[in-house]
Amino acid sequence: MIFVTVGSQMPFKRLIEGVAAWAMTQSEMPNVLAQVGDMERCVPELRTVRSLSPEEFRAAVLGAEVIIAHAGMGSVLTAMEFGKPLVVLPRKGALRETRNDHQIATARWLAAKGGVFVAMEDEDLADAIDRARASTRTTSQISSHASADLVEALRIFIQS
Amino acid sequence: MNQEAQSAKRVLALASGGGHWVQLLRLRPAFTGCDVTYATVQPSYAAQVPEARFFSFTDATRWSRWALLKMIFQVAWITIRTKPDVVITTGAAPGVVALRVGKWLGAKTVWLDSIANVEAISMSGRKVRNFADLWLTQWPEVACAEGCAYKGAVL
Repeated sequence: MIFVTVGSQMPFKRLIEGVAAWAMTQSEMPNVLAQVGDMERCVPELRTVRSLSPEEFRAAVLGAEVIIAHAGMGSVLTAMEFGKPLVVLPRKGALRETRNDHQIATARWLAAKGGVFVAMEDEDLADAIDRARASTRTTSQISSHASADLVEALRIFIQS
Repeated sequence: MNQEAQSAKRVLALASGGGHWVQLLRLRPAFTGCDVTYATVQPSYAAQVPEARFFSFTDATRWSRWALLKMIFQVAWITIRTKPDVVITTGAAPGVVALRVGKWLGAKTVWLDSIANVEAISMSGRKVRNFADLWLTQWPEVACAEGCAYKGAVL
């Protein structure tokens, strides 16, 4: 299964339509579950769900061979926790997909990470999905907690 | 009251939904031994912190003035009710309210700017500069440029 997620705040039409277009080019229809938010247009090419609870979200990530997401940290951190290959398309401030271009900066930083396939533009998306599916390399799995130095600094601050 | 209950620090850990909440939960080991209250926008998130007290408040991200006002009152009330020793937030706007009210109540305050802010501190982060005892970014380069501190990241 391929799991697509736009996060909890706003829909992201460009990502969903890009994945639907990619799915239509496949000789065998891929099994895609897409969490789409409050999207107006229905997307018959994909199995869609408006939103997921944290448990449902984690179950979807766990069951997926590849995750496709916006460059939001909730989606990215959860995919990394499970060590799944991740395709990322950043939202653009100029298209009012989010309030500024912070996702573009996040995507640039993620591009350097193993197992993350970044599409900066719509036209890069299909290629990024294909590369992620072909990849044997998974995202370097991260622990479920913050770095030890941050945890320690906060613990000392709280207890002092 | 036994000694342990007396000395357990009361922590209010509060964040907006999505990535802010995911990052807040990654700080959990820092709260060991504390009396923790969590607050966020989705009631369904309660299932992730069954061991702690939990409150939810209005998600005011859609720029409705009424929702914003409601969020401010709810977050202020949650903060007052919790009587925290420490308020810690990973943003965004609700964290600004919790930190200001917390400071007013005499609590120690921590702002941890989201790891998504790679190049500069967030707009909300700027608003708490004078209300955060620990004003943290997750990027060393941002710490140098903005005068906030860097003590590590959520990953």
